[in-house]
Amino acid sequence: MNLLLASATVALLLGIVLLLIRALMGPTLYDRVLAVNSFGTKTVLLLGLLGFAMGRPDFLDIALLYALINFVSTIAILKFFRYRSFQVSLSRRAPAPKEGS
Amino acid sequence: MEAVAVSDVGLALANIVLLTILFVVGIAIARLRSLFAIVMLSGVYSLVSATWFVLLDAVDVAFTEAAVGAGLSTALLLGGMLLTARTAKAEKPFSRLAPFLVVVVVGAILIYASVDLPALGDPDSPVNTGVGKEYLERHYGDMGFPNVVTSILASYRGFDTLGETAVVFTAGLAVALLLGFGERSLAESIRKGGRK
Repeated sequence: MNLLLASATVALLLGIVLLLIRALMGPTLYDRVLAVNSFGTKTVLLLGLLGFAMGRPDFLDIALLYALINFVSTIAILKFFRYRSFQVSLSRRAPAPKEGS
Repeated sequence: MEAVAVSDVGLALANIVLLTILFVVGIAIARLRSLFAIVMLSGVYSLVSATWFVLLDAVDVAFTEAAVGAGLSTALLLGGMLLTARTAKAEKPFSRLAPFLVVVVVGAILIYASVDLPALGDPDSPVNTGVGKEYLERHYGDMGFPNVVTSILASYRGFDTLGETAVVFTAGLAVALLLGFGERSLAESIRKGGRK
């Protein structure tokens, strides 16, 4: 049981190292965005696992908070790429080229 | 006893791995020139350091680091990038050497200071012998909150916390005014959209 948690943690840490390599060397910016995004997910999983491995399952609350926060920064990044501004509501559709230029 | 030792070793290994990741990310942030990659990596940095704070049992610090470091400051830095260039200028060799020296000296001072720190959980440390003990004994009768940290921050030091909140609010307002998340940024984006 404990061995299971430990090996899962080690596997997650390995995955984190691989993601880190992608985030550091990533040829394009999008590789980095993707790496950072899944890095956040891995961190959430790692926190949950560590909570159970250390016998304190209440760490799950923090893992939950991380998941929420990860979403905020992902939205910020996507808005940055799409609109170059944060002052755009999420429901707005993509600006269609109206003026026929 | 055996099981405790094994879990201690596991904890130490996890600490070492997380600190190594922090080190590598820090070096990469210092060496990269693309500002966007730096913003991304600083998000990674705060996520990893928040995980490390959880391992050190500083859960409230980890909450703050995750909320401010990984969530808010990524958005703020991206907002700052909207107003500036995309890549940092290359520095002269001397201007890279001086910060390096400062970092080495400060690190040496901190390591020297950490030698005098009491061990973790030491019952004779000032934290456990001074006023902390009295807070622990009296806070529930005085305030009635089960959480010691909350009763100290929100009641014993209520005015202090109020002042801090005012300072943080002022700083946030100043950042929002500088970055122009409001009408200025909107007008800017409309003007840019019209020009294209």
